[in-house]
Amino acid sequence: MDITVQEFKHCDMITVKGRVDSATAPQLAQALESANDGGKYKLVVNMSELEYMSSAGFRALLAAQRNCKRYNRGEVVLASVPERIREALELAGFTELFKTFDDPLQAVGHF
Amino acid sequence: MKTVQFAAKFEYLDEIREFVGMIARDGGFGDKDVYNIQLATDEAASNIIEHAYENITDGLLELSCGVKDDKITIVLVDHGESFDPSEIPLPDLKADLSKRKIGGLGIFLMRKLMDEVHYEVKSNQSNVLTMTKRKR
Repeated sequence: MDITVQEFKHCDMITVKGRVDSATAPQLAQALESANDGGKYKLVVNMSELEYMSSAGFRALLAAQRNCKRYNRGEVVLASVPERIREALELAGFTELFKTFDDPLQAVGHF
Repeated sequence: MKTVQFAAKFEYLDEIREFVGMIARDGGFGDKDVYNIQLATDEAASNIIEHAYENITDGLLELSCGVKDDKITIVLVDHGESFDPSEIPLPDLKADLSKRKIGGLGIFLMRKLMDEVHYEVKSNQSNVLTMTKRKR
């Protein structure tokens, strides 16, 4: 798994590549937390090059969404969610907790 | 059935998914089924590592997998704390963000993604989790 963070005027984009499982999810959680620690609560998670995500990754996203939405200060949105991952998120009832965008720049434009 | 043993550590999840993925693919399962079989096996193994072996550092996880006719069978054996997935309450998927519980999600996915999930505590201190899935 590889994570890069890109700052935009109104939000940060966190691009997650590779595979997120119980071994690597703590790194994703950490990246989301450090964005929050830096006062960034409007976050796009770009999944265009994500190959796999287990419920450990879903947990990290949920924790971040809770923290970002507190006091109405922001939210986490998902961009370019690969089909298999979207299906698993849907099964877990997560798609209603996150706005999703087909294109990362469209997601950036949301903020 | 092919069997491999793994140290019960998260770092081996990649290999665990590869192992079942290869057997599922060779057995004629399509991409979507292969992904879901890998996900269910990952969730099962993650639960064993996290819960059954919570206080044990040198736990072993035995993974067997095989395809017969149109059915894949995956068996995970551990010697840790017994942890019956069927006793874990299902998560409330309609709960809003603040009330959403994250526990039980892996087990929920296992049950949704596979046709059968069966758990058995054997007398020789081993826990046996068996999952099966048929080709669509």
